Amino acid sequence: MNFSWMAWTLPTALFFITIFALLIGMAVWEYFSPGGNPRVGILRFETTRGDRLFISLLGSAFIHLAWLGLVGPNLWWALALSVIYAIGVFKTV
Amino acid sequence: MEKTWNNKAWFLVLPVLVLVAFSAVIPLMTVVNYSVQDTFGNNEFFWAGTDWFSEMLASDRFWNALLRNLIFSLVILAIEIPLGILIALNMPKKGLGVPVCLVLMALPLLIPWNVVGTIWQIFGRVDIGLLGHTLEAVGIDYNYVQSPTAAWITIIVMDVWHWTSLVVLLCYAGLVSIPDAYYQAAKIDGASRWSVFRYIQLPKMNRVLLIAVLLRFMDSFMIYTEPFVVTGGGPGNSTTFLSIDLVKMAVGQFDLGPAAAMSIIYFLIILLLSWVFYTVMTSGDAAK
Amino acid sequence: MSHKTTGEKLSFLVPTLYIIFLLLPIYWLVNMSFKENAEITGSFSLWPMNPTLRNYMVIFTDPSWYNGYINSIIYVCLNTVISVAAALPAAYAFSRYRFLGDKHLFFWLLTNRMAPPAVFALPFFQLYSAFGLIDTHIAVAIAHCLFNVPLAVWILEGFMSGVPKEIDETAYIDGYSFPRFFVKIFMPLIASGIGVAAFFCFMFSWVELLLARTLTTTAAKPISAIMTRTVSASGMDWGVLAAAGVLTIIPGALVIYFVRNYIAKGFALGRV
Repeated sequence: MNFSWMAWTLPTALFFITIFALLIGMAVWEYFSPGGNPRVGILRFETTRGDRLFISLLGSAFIHLAWLGLVGPNLWWALALSVIYAIGVFKTV
Repeated sequence: MEKTWNNKAWFLVLPVLVLVAFSAVIPLMTVVNYSVQDTFGNNEFFWAGTDWFSEMLASDRFWNALLRNLIFSLVILAIEIPLGILIALNMPKKGLGVPVCLVLMALPLLIPWNVVGTIWQIFGRVDIGLLGHTLEAVGIDYNYVQSPTAAWITIIVMDVWHWTSLVVLLCYAGLVSIPDAYYQAAKIDGASRWSVFRYIQLPKMNRVLLIAVLLRFMDSFMIYTEPFVVTGGGPGNSTTFLSIDLVKMAVGQFDLGPAAAMSIIYFLIILLLSWVFYTVMTSGDAAK
Repeated sequence: MSHKTTGEKLSFLVPTLYIIFLLLPIYWLVNMSFKENAEITGSFSLWPMNPTLRNYMVIFTDPSWYNGYINSIIYVCLNTVISVAAALPAAYAFSRYRFLGDKHLFFWLLTNRMAPPAVFALPFFQLYSAFGLIDTHIAVAIAHCLFNVPLAVWILEGFMSGVPKEIDETAYIDGYSFPRFFVKIFMPLIASGIGVAAFFCFMFSWVELLLARTLTTTAAKPISAIMTRTVSASGMDWGVLAAAGVLTIIPGALVIYFVRNYIAKGFALGRV
């Protein structure tokens, strides 16, 4: 079986490893403290920490796209912004 | 219903997980890989970084296709959902009419999508189609090959023809699950037709409407086969929706990188919108 | 319901008009399929002036045409069986238990219905090539699971949640093992739900073209793909095109006809 057509690169591999690590981390966290800490945040509906992770990741994707479209190709700033955004989401949503 | 906490339930979900992950995760990863590289075939790839994303975000072509697609989705939702509810409310509740209506209404849903396109392509043609011929005979200037307006109307009418039945079937299922006692109570209270609809029928249809809106939105947002067969994206680019543009790019021009970048942006938008729909409608459900 | 208002009396008009609107284009296709090409392009008539079966004969005498129907039916049936069989236990898990990440898993399943098939076509082709599955019926059947399994899980979960949990508990107390309980007691209770789920799987697999066309070359090519190829070959053979279209409607119409009472009852019982 030949999988060279998947055209892996180091950055994309790191990207997916990070995502999977996050998912596994969330699963372990959930296992030791089940229920996902549900609460109603500023979006006025109940979220668990899984939802907050999802909102963070999806939001980060859009932050990166917006940065590319509006500012320029230097994405480290977008990444920093995403981290701040994710912290904000975990604190307040 | 109160559910028990049991992680062994994972074993029951496992077959589904494997089956869907095989067809979903590997291709998605591949698309991500393509989106940061350039290729000329032969499995040779060159690093391109985020160039394709920048190119896509700066191109009018992408934004125009997106805008056209959004307008299309909103228009068909605005037509199909109310129309579907209206028809479901007026469906016979018992007797021979029920199976006859269900069978006839489900018919368009079971026609392969390119055949739907073919049917309307023929139906709308001025020379050999009933619709086109009739419209021309009455003196209306209608030609979907040349006029963008006519092309749009044809595609919207075709989608309404094709998919309203799904909304009808789902709403009808929600309606027949309402016990007769509710209607009798409403009658005793002297409730108007509107308040019966607003306070009895609509809440009961909540869940099926969620399904209907989600399905219709997603499917209309990635519509490909039917408009491709009818208009091929034309005249000009007036009916080039996202998927049509995508296939033009990926297969027609073999621009895998830009096409992959576009499909990721496209997927993210759909993911966001569907998540919003899902959250809004399920949290409304939970609040009751 | 002894006093019917005028509004209620006229209510049958809405579905009737709608059904007429649905049937007109189909009628036109059927009409064309019985005409000669010369009649289709040369004159304009509401019914065939010289009815002919030539268009259907072309299809029924040419294996490259009728094999397309056989291929389509094989992979659609395979897909329906696989989708429903995999979805049954999963839907049971979602309707009865809470477990690690259940809600997100459910949403993830649904997102697979949203993935635009257009760009997945190429990775799909390569993925199935890597497993040597190109041009087999099972490849298309598995590919269609991508959107049918989530849908089946969703529909079945709705039906299962309508079955009281006490039934499960009583059965376990009576000494039923899980598989025996599931097959002997639970599945008959949600039979109509299974019918509805199978119907939807059949429907979406039957109508899908893009993936089916991508994953097949000759031996498993679906009829709808054969239509697109043959038509563009030598000008426009409108008559044969119409006849082929009519024939693709028939299996769907048969399926709905056979399950009509079942579907009505199934829709009525479940929350869907």
